[in-house]
Amino acid sequence: MEQILTEYMPALLAGAWITIQVTVVSIPLALALGFGSAVIRMSDWRTIRALATIYVEIFRGTSELVQLFWLFYVLPYFGIRLEPFTVGVLTLGLNLGAYGSEVVRGAILAVPKGQYEATVAINMPKWRAMRRIILPQAIPLSIPPWGNLLIQLLKSTSLLSLITIHELTFEANQLNNDTFETTTIFSLALLLYLIMALVLTFCIRLVEWRFGSNMIQGGA
Amino acid sequence: MDMWDWEYVWDILPTLVLALGITIEVTILAFIIALILGLLFALMRRSKSLWLSLPTAGFVEAVRSTPELIQIYFLYFALPQYGIMMSAIMTGVLGLGVHYACYCSEVYRAGLDGVPRGQLEAAASLNLSTYRMYRDVIIPQAIPPMVPALGNYLIVLFKITPILAAIAVVEVMRQALNIGSHHFRYIEPITLVGIFFLILSLISAAGIRYVEGWLHHKFLE
Repeated sequence: MEQILTEYMPALLAGAWITIQVTVVSIPLALALGFGSAVIRMSDWRTIRALATIYVEIFRGTSELVQLFWLFYVLPYFGIRLEPFTVGVLTLGLNLGAYGSEVVRGAILAVPKGQYEATVAINMPKWRAMRRIILPQAIPLSIPPWGNLLIQLLKSTSLLSLITIHELTFEANQLNNDTFETTTIFSLALLLYLIMALVLTFCIRLVEWRFGSNMIQGGA
Repeated sequence: MDMWDWEYVWDILPTLVLALGITIEVTILAFIIALILGLLFALMRRSKSLWLSLPTAGFVEAVRSTPELIQIYFLYFALPQYGIMMSAIMTGVLGLGVHYACYCSEVYRAGLDGVPRGQLEAAASLNLSTYRMYRDVIIPQAIPPMVPALGNYLIVLFKITPILAAIAVVEVMRQALNIGSHHFRYIEPITLVGIFFLILSLISAAGIRYVEGWLHHKFLE
């Protein structure tokens, strides 16, 4: 018991702190890429629409770990040298942004057609219609699926242990190699992941509750 | 040095394609475990006994919200300590199978719950046996809505198999890294692996859409 408190917990908590940092930094990137590419895919300009579609298909169609290794091992060939932390955040953000793009697109398409027709009828410019009428109704619809994606993001951070980032999985593995107290160490690590997932779920519920209902009142 | 060396590509392609076979094998085996174990979890969770349904619900939720990679490390290091010897590849198949069984169990649950109550009452009023009720009424209505979700998890599972590289299973990602470190050139092997995944994901997505249409036609019309 004492060993758990003095030896294992500090290392695991240090790892969990890195996991939290990676997750928190990746979320805004994923949200920006998801909303950005979804709106771009609705645009009339064919070239950028195609570029956004290619981005989404490539990042959804290939494995996240392949993307991680590609950015980690191949970018240096192009003279781009990034810190492992940056590579990790970039991969998680780009990957989740592609999945988020589909979520946002689905939500935009779920806004009733009459709303689009009304903006056309009052001659509202397309971009303003998107910003003032469509997105405020699409965002509340997209919150629950975004919640699932963010849990997925938290789980994906464990992949970063494979590019030498000292997050929770890396620390657990390291401790296990030193002590072979496998069951204790990995149970503790899984428990920490579970707690982080519960906290994240709680935060998402909070956003759903506040943001979701307010926006619907304001939008409709 | 060229940016992209075709000669190198032709040189490593056969090795990579062979390793892709391992990836596909792992995917199929793990998915079979996920389908069978998932059904078991779903039935246990629907059980009237709280001693069965609550621990199952807790287990499913805990597995679903923690990373596959650390679960697989756990199995890989802990099983031998309890005297269970398994090859790395079988450990990986088991780990992924159990993880995705938890996802599949939710799909089964939603599918079974999705059959309207009136259908069961109608079957009861027609005095159908339980077996015939499941065969002719519940299953035909429960399966078609499950197929897209299960198919989706097959693709998710396929795309997560590269994490088995971490426990030294020589699937396609591990092989690409091995080749890369041997020749000091990563760009071609890793890009090829990406292309493999892209092609196979697109093909399986099309395949699932086809099965979906076929099932809809067969059961609901």
